[in-house]
Amino acid sequence: MENWISEKNGQSLSLREVPVLRFAELREDIVEKCRHGMRIAGFFGHREEKTLRLFIVLASDAESTLLVSSAVFSEDEKSYESLTPELPQFSMFEREFYESYGIEPLGHPWLKSVRFPHDGAIKKNEADYPFFKVGGEGIHEVGVGPVHAGVIEPGHFRFMCDGEKVIHLEIHLGYQHRGIEKLMTFPGAISGKSVLAESIAGDSVIANMMAFCAIAESGSEGTPPLRAVVIRTIAMEMERAAIHIGNLAALAGDIGYLTANAFFGATRTYVINLLLAFSGSRFGRGLIRPGGIVYDIDPEIRKAVISSLKMVKDRVILMGEQMFDFPGVLSRFQRTGVVDAATAHKIGMVGLAARASGLKTDVRSDHPSGLYRFSPLHRLSMETGDVFARAFLRYLEIKQSLDFVLEQLEELSDEGSIMKSPAPLKADSFIMSLVEGVRGEIAHFCITDSDGNISRYKIKDPSFNNWPGLAYAVRNEGISDFPLCNKSFDLSYCGFDL
Amino acid sequence: MFKFLKIRKVQGRQYIPDIRKASVNQKFRGFPLLDSSLCSSCGKCRDVCPSGAISLSPLSIDMGKCVFCGDCTQNCPHESIRFSNFHKLASDSREKLVINPGRSAENYCKNAVEAKREITKIFGRSLKLRSVSAGGCGGCELELNACGNVNFDMERFGIEIVASPRHADGVIITGPVSENMAFALEETYKAIPNPKIVIAMGACAISGGVFAQSEAINREFFSKHKVDIFVPGCPPHPLTVINGILDFLGA
Repeated sequence: MENWISEKNGQSLSLREVPVLRFAELREDIVEKCRHGMRIAGFFGHREEKTLRLFIVLASDAESTLLVSSAVFSEDEKSYESLTPELPQFSMFEREFYESYGIEPLGHPWLKSVRFPHDGAIKKNEADYPFFKVGGEGIHEVGVGPVHAGVIEPGHFRFMCDGEKVIHLEIHLGYQHRGIEKLMTFPGAISGKSVLAESIAGDSVIANMMAFCAIAESGSEGTPPLRAVVIRTIAMEMERAAIHIGNLAALAGDIGYLTANAFFGATRTYVINLLLAFSGSRFGRGLIRPGGIVYDIDPEIRKAVISSLKMVKDRVILMGEQMFDFPGVLSRFQRTGVVDAATAHKIGMVGLAARASGLKTDVRSDHPSGLYRFSPLHRLSMETGDVFARAFLRYLEIKQSLDFVLEQLEELSDEGSIMKSPAPLKADSFIMSLVEGVRGEIAHFCITDSDGNISRYKIKDPSFNNWPGLAYAVRNEGISDFPLCNKSFDLSYCGFDL
Repeated sequence: MFKFLKIRKVQGRQYIPDIRKASVNQKFRGFPLLDSSLCSSCGKCRDVCPSGAISLSPLSIDMGKCVFCGDCTQNCPHESIRFSNFHKLASDSREKLVINPGRSAENYCKNAVEAKREITKIFGRSLKLRSVSAGGCGGCELELNACGNVNFDMERFGIEIVASPRHADGVIITGPVSENMAFALEETYKAIPNPKIVIAMGACAISGGVFAQSEAINREFFSKHKVDIFVPGCPPHPLTVINGILDFLGA
């Protein structure tokens, strides 16, 4: 039997097809594959009666395939040899697997809970996990959160500082944990879980719905109506543009550049109000449902959206050109919070933050699905890996997304079918769905039982890969630059905590 | 310099001049309108509702649970439920949020939030709030932040989000309150000096929303402390939030 089975993004596999091995048999293979360009996309357990099965999904970006395998742990097996010392990108995944099922990765350098889940096997609380300590004269600790000085989601940041210089940052999350994965397995058809999927991350509603719907529609032959696919993708790129514009406003606010803060803030409002104009929600809630979309873009709205988005694009360029040419901005952005390409690759960063460090990863190009297969987007990336790169790349992506949306809207016909009820999920299946959200790769995995009910639903937000990147970026920076570095990554707490 | 002036000119005036009279786009799903004469009690709406907001015989929608997704209207064979674009949804009591057939938006809004003299006297011209995000999806936080942006500019009414609970007159809670956040929320509340108010923003904070069934949430806070303003929505529109608070302050 082969060690792996290969499949494309958005496809379902029969559970029986997924190889079942011992972890020791797979370990060398994983290390070998990851050293030759593959990366981790999924690593999670699923309890099957008496045994525990660990599913491992490796992404081969060069070949646009996903390799799947699984390792079983019998009742008395409580450990395995950790992959993290050789492949740091596995660190968070191994910690998550440990806290959920109690299987210890031996040799993991920092085995802590990642989100203190309510249904985890390891019943420990925060006090059981001391923070990493740095010794020496003049070293002091700064603790921030979980309640922050603004309207921000909760998280705790523990800095070890030498004067104002950050030596080490430890990020402690889990406060937003509300049990989404468990709720996904509650009785009921998958279509009834749509609002739950919309509530994984409130600023990535469309992206998570794209991933969720690929799973919910996997039982059907063919795809949803073309018009629905196009409008979904239009909404996806509008979401990307809106959140990026909002982030540029926040970055400007953090350095006291209030002109851009106000200007981009108002510009974001135009974009989300356009989403409201056809979906009834400023964040596109209720727009996408398994099988297609619920609200159409009629010719009148189409015209209004086109003219407004052109205005938005002009505004973005007007302010962007000024902002990225302004010495006061550049002096704060450039060479601040640097993550070099080698580090980004090693710790397994994804999405915009990885591209800002020179990696070429983008699910839209690497594992395209839906409209991205027919209308590919040019890969954008920067080299410097600093706050400037992450900010400027956002600016470039906003323009790209707006151009994409305008092009699609110009070509959009006046009518067509927008909904085709999907067939139920296939029984005993393993379904994978990857989407490039605002921050990067959103991965949803679903396992069904013999009746076609969901028995496991795994969500991986790009923030899961990228929080360690932020911790790395602030090393040796002044602690006062932390908010700036944090905003430049713009990571999600709720998406991480689930 | 010339470019800067151009930016200033293009920006123009972004603020909404009269926040009390402003309305939201026609497509917005706001106040639900129910017509029992069309309803056959088939139960399709109740079955598709992701947060259990709908009751049958008599038909009603609990706006404290409703996430305004519109799935009920899509599945109702008789059009007995529809959502108007009316956005002033806030209320000062949990009971008022249950909407029965025939209830009009104007009728609801008339006494949904009643201003009390002592509140107007103490907080009428200045209300400082501490925001606690406790287990939601971040959607309410986006809209609460938007309340302070150049469009809605809540601070012009003296309503402001402050950094320290010591500076606050109350707490605005978003999210269903996760077990992992319950302690921090309670501590934040305790740190706010008396007299203080509690605002529950969004379906999650009011009722647990789509997470009500989860074992990972802990809503003990709400059995201990009285909520002064309920702001329905998923997430609530900034105009819903600001108008609700202004009504409460008697402004």
